[in-house]
Amino acid sequence: MIYILQNYWQALLYSDGYQMTGLAMTLWLLVISCAIGFCLALPLAIARNSKNPLIWGPVWLYGFIFRGTPLYVQLLLIYTGVYGLHFVHNTPPLADFFRSAINCTLLSFALNTGAYTTEIFYGAIRDTSFGEVEAGRAYGMSRFTLYRRIIIPSALRRALPMYSNEVILMLHATTLAFTATVPDILKVTNDAYVATYAPFDAFGLAALMYLCVSFSLIFMFKKAEQHFLAHLKS
Amino acid sequence: MFNLGGYGPHILAGAVTTVELSLLSLIVSFGLGLIGASAKLSKNRAARGVATAYTTLIRGVPDLVLMLLIFYSLQIWINDFTDWLNTLQSSIDFEVQLDPFTSGVITLGFIYGAYFTETFRGAFLAVPKGQMEAARAFGMKPFLVFRRILFPQMMRYALPGLGNNWQVILKATALVSIIGLSDVVFAAQQAGEATLNTFFYLCIAGAVYLVLTMISNGVLLYLERKYMIGVRKAVL
Repeated sequence: MIYILQNYWQALLYSDGYQMTGLAMTLWLLVISCAIGFCLALPLAIARNSKNPLIWGPVWLYGFIFRGTPLYVQLLLIYTGVYGLHFVHNTPPLADFFRSAINCTLLSFALNTGAYTTEIFYGAIRDTSFGEVEAGRAYGMSRFTLYRRIIIPSALRRALPMYSNEVILMLHATTLAFTATVPDILKVTNDAYVATYAPFDAFGLAALMYLCVSFSLIFMFKKAEQHFLAHLKS
Repeated sequence: MFNLGGYGPHILAGAVTTVELSLLSLIVSFGLGLIGASAKLSKNRAARGVATAYTTLIRGVPDLVLMLLIFYSLQIWINDFTDWLNTLQSSIDFEVQLDPFTSGVITLGFIYGAYFTETFRGAFLAVPKGQMEAARAFGMKPFLVFRRILFPQMMRYALPGLGNNWQVILKATALVSIIGLSDVVFAAQQAGEATLNTFFYLCIAGAVYLVLTMISNGVLLYLERKYMIGVRKAVL
């Protein structure tokens, strides 16, 4: 344990001297994929609530496919599968994009969390209370203003507890990046395991680090809930 | 379109392994969940503490980390244990080798037992207290109360959570190919590498998971109807 800590503390926390690794990499993966997923989910959730089947149908299909298959399969498909296709191989911008492990990882994580987040926001928007929308209409708000001022702020607040769950699950899912050779915490500890053959020490250390990140995230979301959902407290 | 290039049986065998693994892990975690929930709700402080530590630790750590941790450590612990047994009784050479399937089942069952514990705890709490009291008044023994009164009513509350957990277990079995079990993902990867058409075979693997998800949705709907018998829904 001491040996691993002495030799790998820097790589575990931020860098191995060449690139970003360990904790910094894990947090980077988490933040970027959740940010892209969020931006993707908001318009899709509104589209999912549309009455036109041509609009909600594709969004439903996207959710069905990405929530019905394991993230590992999606990652493999994007990382190893897409690059093997001929037209991707022969189109330089696409080939450059899909050659990089981190791009593929971020793409698959963002698409995956986007699907789950869409479903969360869809439920929250659908359950907006009738009176709020009616009051907004009575003020003569246009559809866009209604969404911007009334529906989306209220829905995002109500979705916060579910969304915090999704972010924690996404943190757990970032461990898959190590299968695509992205140097996150698990990759560094796996290297330590291979070097020392002490699985309990190496992976136990990783478990402790993830536990700390999980608890900090839970604490932050609790604070956010206290702030944004203060009006719901009895 | 569905020319699997001779890898059809291989992928089918992988799919069967995936289903077996998920079902066995479901049984293990179901049992662990029931035990954990009873421990969490018991009056014994030590049992409560152990169960709380179990659920908090397991749910705070990513399943892939736990899987690698348990998979690689379990064999070492078992070896240490059998070595110790052999020093006691040197006449027989005692040895246990864990294959990836068994350790996969143990690991997945152990991890998802924590999630089941939380589901069952909530469901146990949702059963009205009067039901238990009435059962005791009939002179039922604790096990009979559990079997006839608590369990059937608890299942109704637990089903949505159980359904979610089952879908998560089904998808988590894909991780087991990382520790070397030949499930459907592993088979698809092998087929893809051999034919240089990874994209196609991984899509097949994804489709297998989609079909399994759809089947389990159907089963869940049936179970929900079954456990809803005798419950009147509020008409809004």
